[in-house]
Amino acid sequence: MRRIISILMENEPGALSRVVGLFSQRGYNIETLNVAPTEDQTLSRLTLTTFGSDSTIEQITKQLNKLVDVVKLVDLSEGAHVERDLMLIKVRAQGAHRDEVKRTTDIFRGQIVDVGPNMYTIQLTGTSEKLDSFVAAMDSVDILEVVRSGVAGISRGEKVLSL
Amino acid sequence: MELLSGGEIVARALEDEGVEFIFGYPGGAVLHIYDALFKDCKVPHILVRHEQAAAHAADGYARSTGKPGVVLVTSGPGATNAITGIATAYMDSIPMVVLSGQVQSHLIGEDAFQEVDMVGISRPCVKHSFMVSKPEDIASTIKKAFHIAASGRPGPVVIDIPKDVTRPDEKVEYVYPPSVKIRSYSPAQRGHTGQIKKAARLLLGAKRPIIFAGGGVVQGEGSELLVELAKSLNLPVTNTLMGLGAYPGSDRQFLGMLGMHGLYEANMAMHHSDVIFAIGARFDDRVTNTVDKFCPGAKVIHVDIDPTSISKTVAADIPIVGPVQSVLSDLLTQIKQIREKETELPDKSALDQWWQQIEEWREAHGLWSGRRYGESDRIKPQQAIESLYKITGGDAFVVSDVGQHQMFAAQYYRFDKPRRWINSGGLGTMGFGLPAAVGVKLAFPDRDVVCVTGEGSIQMNIQELSTCKQHNTPVKIFNLRNNYLGMVKQWQDMHYEGRHAMSTYEDSLPDFVKLVEAYGHVGLEVQKLEELDSKMEEAFAIKDKLVFLDIMVDPMEHVYPMHIAPHGSMKDMWLSKNERT
Repeated sequence: MRRIISILMENEPGALSRVVGLFSQRGYNIETLNVAPTEDQTLSRLTLTTFGSDSTIEQITKQLNKLVDVVKLVDLSEGAHVERDLMLIKVRAQGAHRDEVKRTTDIFRGQIVDVGPNMYTIQLTGTSEKLDSFVAAMDSVDILEVVRSGVAGISRGEKVLSL
Repeated sequence: MELLSGGEIVARALEDEGVEFIFGYPGGAVLHIYDALFKDCKVPHILVRHEQAAAHAADGYARSTGKPGVVLVTSGPGATNAITGIATAYMDSIPMVVLSGQVQSHLIGEDAFQEVDMVGISRPCVKHSFMVSKPEDIASTIKKAFHIAASGRPGPVVIDIPKDVTRPDEKVEYVYPPSVKIRSYSPAQRGHTGQIKKAARLLLGAKRPIIFAGGGVVQGEGSELLVELAKSLNLPVTNTLMGLGAYPGSDRQFLGMLGMHGLYEANMAMHHSDVIFAIGARFDDRVTNTVDKFCPGAKVIHVDIDPTSISKTVAADIPIVGPVQSVLSDLLTQIKQIREKETELPDKSALDQWWQQIEEWREAHGLWSGRRYGESDRIKPQQAIESLYKITGGDAFVVSDVGQHQMFAAQYYRFDKPRRWINSGGLGTMGFGLPAAVGVKLAFPDRDVVCVTGEGSIQMNIQELSTCKQHNTPVKIFNLRNNYLGMVKQWQDMHYEGRHAMSTYEDSLPDFVKLVEAYGHVGLEVQKLEELDSKMEEAFAIKDKLVFLDIMVDPMEHVYPMHIAPHGSMKDMWLSKNERT
């Protein structure tokens, strides 16, 4: 099952490599990874998505918690949450395709952020599923490049992940 | 206010931390530190002959005393040589602080001379690591390192220090912090009361209970309370390889070691138990055999300081995260309270039956109810260990290397006290024994310290004979010599139709007696069974010199019992070359 684990950790050199190293060392998978400092510059927020059975996920969260740099973590997929992935996708947009790309982008509420005579770069945010659907919808078009931020997530309601 | 250079701060902080020995080897990147140690430091430095040995010696010191061992090595090869020793300590949760030199800050990343990314290369085998970037941070980092290494589930911590951070001409204010707080690190202080209550109930209601205690009980100083628990409920106890000594080995309730080379009665009792009280043990694959077939009728109570150890391989029915001492003491209180009200607990007749069954197992194939190795005019390795047990009164520090001799020692030397059995359990590092024995001997100069080894293991760090000479550590080296890599040979006999691929030295072994004499020690050769005891007495009568006993043992001997793998359960064992359960 897919899980979104969000980690509050010390913003220190080596912290990220410990998290990532743990996954390769113990044979876990990282599907997406997203990390940036928080409003408190001493802390970073790292969000990753992974797949695994309940017992694997339990081990992953316990192992992550054991890392000295990890302050707190939450498995967002255990409760109601908001998740966002951002995608920049560059596609060939020529002739009849040009209008079709524009229309599909509108349907997905994406924005065209860069225009060339033969291409568009489209920005799209949403759940990973939505971004996947958009990529699937572009199947008749020549996709030149795809960049995704990885999932960032936050719990719904009053619940917070903080010190 | 005192102004010190980075190098002086390292020396002073180690002094202020109460460090008794530094095990190390100098080199370019740590010369400022060595100069500071030389000029003014009360902590003695033990010069090893290879950095791996520095880590093992510090490890031996830590295992025997419970205090963190301290290692000081230079950058590059100094650091990488130490890695095996660090990994050894990591696998067995041994507190250790490793200070490694690093190239100057401005050279980092430029593939400078003797540069290696120590923080990176050690990452998978340390509890935590630091890179110090300025002299002001050294003291607090050292304090943090000791705190992390020794608290919670202990482990090695690396501090990488670039050379310029220790330079003598940059002086900063020195204060050694009396304590330290790390917001992201807070190991459990007590077990959950509700869980402990449940565990007490389950244990009291058990008909076929067993205590399965590991190295955590030794590390967490839980032995006395463990004995109290076992005695109060008349519970049988088995120890893991790492846990030997956590429960008195010569006690009636002790079933011996369990696992791959565990005693028959220990493995049988585990398999047929209905409640397993596991404490400070991690259900290692060398214990469980096939996990799916592990103790099918048992409910598992699992106490460990490290939550990741719980339900990692075997699911726990009652997990309890906490230090062994406090959990055991809380558990004893709960048990007492329940028994005050329900005096019929535990079920005495069920327990009697259980003990009767255990005695039958003991009688049938136990180690002490009959001779479990064949008659021969050659010395059997088991016999040599029995002789060692006798002559040392069961009270020596036995430091083992890795292989058959290790298993024979674990089976036949009955440890009555914790911290007397020192061996590399998790990583299984050949070459661990001699340097670790050096660390133990330094900590306990008046005690018998015996390195039980084989000619394979001893040659992996034999250069430390020179360290022993320089620092006067008169250990006994007990070399069970069979001219084979015995454990490799055993597996080849059992699984590869006796094809001994690269497990024999042919005629290439050195004359060990001459070799140790060249290092300035005493060597004794033991060829015949009749001379075993007298040569042992001769060796142990020599107190001020290292004695190497080169004991020729029967090369055909295998270690039994041995779990049948793959697909076997705890109760499936080879009992001899042609007898199985």
